[in-house]
This record gives sequence, structure tokens and C-alpha cells, in this order.
Amino acid sequence: MIEYLNILFAEVYKILFLLIPVLVSVAMIVWLDRRVWAFVQKRRGPNVVGPFGLFQSLADALKYIFKEIIIPASANKIIFILAPIITMTLALISWAVIPFDEDFVLADINVGILYLFAVSSLGVYGIIMGGWASNSKYPFLGAIRSAAQMVSYEVSIGVIIINVLLCVGSLNLTDIVLAQEKLWFVIPLFPMFVIFFISALAETNRPPFDLPEAEAELVAGYQTEYSGMMYAMFWLGEYANILLMCSLGSILFLGGWLSPIDLYPFSLVPSPLWLIFKILLLFILFSLVKAIVPRYRYDQLMKLGWKIFLPLSLIWVVLTASYLFYFNLLPTN
Amino acid sequence: MKISRILKTILLMDFLSGLFIAIKESFKTKKTLNYPFEKGKISPRFRGEHALRRYPNGEERCIACKLCEAVCPAQAITIDSYEREDGSRKTSRYDIDMLKCIYCGLCEESCPVDAIVQGPNFEFATETREELYYNKQKLLDNGDRWESLLAANIKADGPYR
Repeated sequence: MIEYLNILFAEVYKILFLLIPVLVSVAMIVWLDRRVWAFVQKRRGPNVVGPFGLFQSLADALKYIFKEIIIPASANKIIFILAPIITMTLALISWAVIPFDEDFVLADINVGILYLFAVSSLGVYGIIMGGWASNSKYPFLGAIRSAAQMVSYEVSIGVIIINVLLCVGSLNLTDIVLAQEKLWFVIPLFPMFVIFFISALAETNRPPFDLPEAEAELVAGYQTEYSGMMYAMFWLGEYANILLMCSLGSILFLGGWLSPIDLYPFSLVPSPLWLIFKILLLFILFSLVKAIVPRYRYDQLMKLGWKIFLPLSLIWVVLTASYLFYFNLLPTN
Repeated sequence: MKISRILKTILLMDFLSGLFIAIKESFKTKKTLNYPFEKGKISPRFRGEHALRRYPNGEERCIACKLCEAVCPAQAITIDSYEREDGSRKTSRYDIDMLKCIYCGLCEESCPVDAIVQGPNFEFATETREELYYNKQKLLDNGDRWESLLAANIKADGPYR
């Protein structure tokens, strides 16, 4: 019994050790996002709370906690409350398989990428449940849009991941990073990296693909009826997902925790810092995109997903596979 | 479609040039003020929080003519008057409901003795509605507090009245 409890507590500590930094960095990333957005528009952005306004998100969170949670009378109460919880939980549990260093990973499972893919596919449930349970037209339309959008872009992300897997020969995220020791996949698979980035934007409902919460048409999409902490949980889940997509991008294409050059000044930097640095770089790109692009029309979005990205990534799979096969480079294990 | 156009689309040229401009712009000087710490310039005509002024000897300027009460389009002003021992007409009550006020400046314009004025202060947010029902004392205090600025503003705006 005591042994069992010991193991349990050890695991809980491990999870907290991962979860708390993730939550804090989500708060920081919201600040960074607003700040980058403001800088592009020559504004100052939040700069009052704490040094450089770093604690702005914490102040916002505090505000959300003290706000009243309003549940619409006609809403399906259980599902309405469940939706933000699901969104946030799913956004956080995917972090279990992200490797920060060679042995620095919570769950070193051999199908890590499949797990990630499955969890991020489930993410759509939180949104569609929230939209449906609100029993109101804007959330409903937003949820439908978001379901269609996330499903269609997941397909191309899946095919892009197949590209990487062909080069690696393993589904384990640690193996994927280790396979990039000689050459980051961003160089041979550059077009796939670009498509991955754009699909990740669509997958996380970021501009220019923020149709589910298009404020000009749908008020706030599936979040319209939510208030207080429940709204904040959707918001946290969304940013945790963005962070996850950034880390997935850096693990699949930018060599995860590996330093760019294995030379003296670079090899001194601890490897988790490299991963964080790459995640930040991708995230700043995410924010810049938010600042500069107008929103896509819905049919354009679908066209881009199904008629351009899917065929392109499929062709690239065939190209990669035939190249590897012809030069006998297919990974064997 | 022209080949060059297709190439531009495939290479995301428009997007990349936009990204480049965005990065370039983000290092330029900011156009917004760092508000609570630095504030923009306010015109002498600015119509902010109300104040009742006094003469330099401490006598209230207001003669209870009730022109401001009459002209107020939002009917935010309420005045009661009485006759003082020396025979002058004074206000026994001068209330402004700041929640009704539309900050049009007509009270200030109608006042024959420059008693009721709208000062440069615009930061008087409160936590309850009651605090925004201004009475005579509050208005006179405002006048004492802002007198130097109010006088300067009236002087600066004088030639245009």
C-alpha cells in the first residue's frame, strides 16, 4: 500500500513539475502574443502590471476567477460546463509526450506522435460541445465551422507527419528528434514545414483561419455564451494548443532540443532551452501572422485545405518515399 | 493566371513581404502614449469635470440666476436659491447629476459670471453611482482645487468667446 502511494506521489510530482511550467508559460505566451501584436501596430501593448507587463495575464486570470459564471437558461447544463474542461484537459494532457531532452519526458511511449494526433483530434469535441450546449445560433454556427475546419486540416497535418515518419522509421518523439542529429527535417522537407505551419494555424483557430470565432460575423463563435472562469479555460486551452503545435513543429522539423551547430558556444546551452527557444520563435511567427493577415473566407479555407494542401502533401509523401526507396535510405530497425 | 502570379503564390511572396514590413514596423517609435504615466495635451476648451469658482476674496461667483439649469439639455442641474442678509441672491443647493450630464458645455457658456466651468480633469471615475451625484460642496472643492488651471484656461480661450 505504502509503495503504491509512493509511486503515485512520485508520478503526481512529475506531472506537476511539467504542468505548472506549461500553465505559467501559457500565461506568458498570451502576454507575448498581445505584445507582438501591439508592436506591429506601433502600439505599446500591456506594459503596466509587473516588469514589462509580464503579469498582465495573471491579473486577467484573477479577474476571470472573480467573475460570475453565467449559464444560459436554455443551455444543456452538463455539457455546457463539461466543454471548457474538456478543451483544457485535452490541451494539457498532450504535453505528456513532448520530450524536452533525451530522457526528459513524462511518458516515453513508442507511439507518441499517434497519441498527440489522437488527442489533438479530440480537441474539436470541446468546441463542438460548447457550441451545441449553448443553444444559441452564433455558438452553434461557430462550432460547426470549427469542426469542419479542424477536421479538414488535420488530414493534411496527418499526411505531413507521415512524411517525417518515413524519414525516421519510428513513432517515438525522442527518436524523431534523434534522427535529426545530422540534418533538421526543415531543410529536406521545407515545403512540408510551410504547409504544417499554415495547417497548425488553422488547427488552432488562429488568424487568418479564426472563422469559428470570427468576431465580425459570429460575435465570438462557440465562446459567445461563456463567461468568467469557463471562458478563461477555453482561452487557456486554446493557447496551450498553440504552444503544443509550436513544440510539435519544432520537434518534427526544427530538431527539438538539438542545438543548431554542435560547436563550443552552442553546446553549452542546456538542451531544453533550445527547445523553448525554438517554440518561442515559432510562436512569435504565429503572433506576427495574426497581426498581418486578413481573415480567410470560408470557401477559400476549405479550398486551401482539401484542394491544395492535401494533394500537395500526398504528392510529397510519394516523392519522399520513392526518393528514400531509390537511394536505399529507408530507415531500418 | 500568369506564371509569375502562380510563382508568387507558391512562394508566398505577398505573405513574406507583409511579414518583413511587420517586423520593420515593430521597431519604429510607438504612436500611442504610455497613458497613466504620460498624457496628451488638452485644449483650454476641454469640457471635463465641472467646478464652481470663487472670487479671489473667497466669495462664491454663482448668483443663482439658474441660466445653466434652464439651458441644460440633459436636465442634470438642480438649483435652489435664497436671499442672504446682505441682499445678494445665493444658491442653497447646486447639484449636478454627472451621470445625466452630456458634457456639452452649455452651462459654462450660459454662465454670466464664469461661476460654473468645465475643467481639464477627466479622470473622476468612481466605484458607486452615488459618488457621481455632485453637490455644491463637491463642486466648490473642485473649483478650489483646479482654480489656477481654470483661470488660465478661461484667459486663454477668452479672445475666441
